[in-house]
Amino acid sequence: MRYAGLIVMPAGFFLSIAAILLFPAPSAAARAAFVVCGLGVEALGLVVAFRGHMEARSAVHANGEDR
Amino acid sequence: MTSPTPVLSDAACGVCLGLLILAPLAIAGVALINTGLGRSRSAAQALLGNLAIVAVTSIVFALVGATFSGAIGGAGHSFQLAGKPWNWLGAGPFFLGGLSAAPLQPQLALLFEFLAVAFAALIPWGSGADRWRLTAGCAAAAVLAAVVFPLLAHWVWDGGWLAQLGVNFSAGSGFVDPGGAATIHILGGLSALTVIWIAGPRKGKFPKEGLSTALPGHNAVYVLFGCLVALVGWLAFNVAGAILWIHAPFSTLPSTALGTLLSASGALAATFTVTRIRFGKPDASLCANGWLAGLVASSGCAALITPVQALAVGIVAGVATPLLVELFELAVSIDDPSGAISVHAAGGILGLVAAGIFAGQPGQLLAQLVGIATLLGVVLPLVYLLFWLLNRMTPFRVDQDGERIGMDLHELGGGAYPEFVIHRDDSYR
Repeated sequence: MRYAGLIVMPAGFFLSIAAILLFPAPSAAARAAFVVCGLGVEALGLVVAFRGHMEARSAVHANGEDR
Repeated sequence: MTSPTPVLSDAACGVCLGLLILAPLAIAGVALINTGLGRSRSAAQALLGNLAIVAVTSIVFALVGATFSGAIGGAGHSFQLAGKPWNWLGAGPFFLGGLSAAPLQPQLALLFEFLAVAFAALIPWGSGADRWRLTAGCAAAAVLAAVVFPLLAHWVWDGGWLAQLGVNFSAGSGFVDPGGAATIHILGGLSALTVIWIAGPRKGKFPKEGLSTALPGHNAVYVLFGCLVALVGWLAFNVAGAILWIHAPFSTLPSTALGTLLSASGALAATFTVTRIRFGKPDASLCANGWLAGLVASSGCAALITPVQALAVGIVAGVATPLLVELFELAVSIDDPSGAISVHAAGGILGLVAAGIFAGQPGQLLAQLVGIATLLGVVLPLVYLLFWLLNRMTPFRVDQDGERIGMDLHELGGGAYPEFVIHRDDSYR
């Protein structure tokens, strides 16, 4: 799951780059909205990566290790 | 060495050189903090690791990294997209060739980058305390100095595509990071996160049942004195960065220094208050983290905003830091002894956003957000991939025996405090 989260994060970056490529400077609101959406996708990827970390911790405990 | 047309006067270059000679005090301060927040049985290994990382990054950056970071106006690799050039990699000479013949300004920029890469690589070392092997830490520092930092430094400081967002896409002045909030602190904080993910927590930190165990730092005096030492270095970094990267006039430099001090002060006052309300007494190590978070936030914005605005930014950093430290430890099982993710990654992001909000230039906030998106969407996965591969070749985590007896005895054969009684694991239960 951690890898899935990390793979999602570049998608958010490309969304942000698409914003500055597709929308010319005067359409500031649309640009900003796209960039914020890109950051939102990255935040989702980060949440998934953290969930993966917590699942890995649970697996360690299930194996009887105390760390 | 290809060099840009100098824009700084000799006086400005002289001031900048003087400041850069003081800047390593920030590194010394963080090294003391990293050591104090670890356990006594790993103190010598921790401080030796800090020294070794500075040495490794300096050598690797001189041999490889400086080539790829390039210089402002120097040669670079570009491609065309949407009719605009995207300068993504520097193409300087290898092994610092031609450095002595270059003008003073690019030489100073290079010196700044040498100190910045050492600082960035030091940050994850504190997060891997008590379990990260010295050789693996040095190897990770070498990877950061050879690959990741040069890319980021080129994009942000040396005329790369992030710096050109203003010229090419009318996004303010492009991505601006005068004190290294992105290139040093967010890079360091995200690297710390990957180290924690890969190495896992310290033994006994998260028992099978119950809450996480508190593993307090062994020397609060190191930690708090480190904060004071770091202030001097931070003032130097922020003011030198303002001269070098945004060509700030002399008349604005006292304001930058004042903003740095006020941001740290506001953060300390806020963390002191928050921890006193939450725990009944102020927490020394969290207050140190708050102070550092204020300094980190100032790296992104002190040169661009007024001192009073910097104070407000510091207060926000000081409130957020203890809450984030608690959130990462209790909610998502992150064992980060130095609090690098909350202090350096989150503090750096706050500083960059504040620069976009308060700079008052149309499109500046957008440029800052694109920079942050790049750090999270490109730099974090890249660092994870490189560290994951490195962990396959030289395992990050020490074996169980090493963790039990402490890193000092296991890796160095002797402790930092041979006359003191060292606590066993059971003492912390």
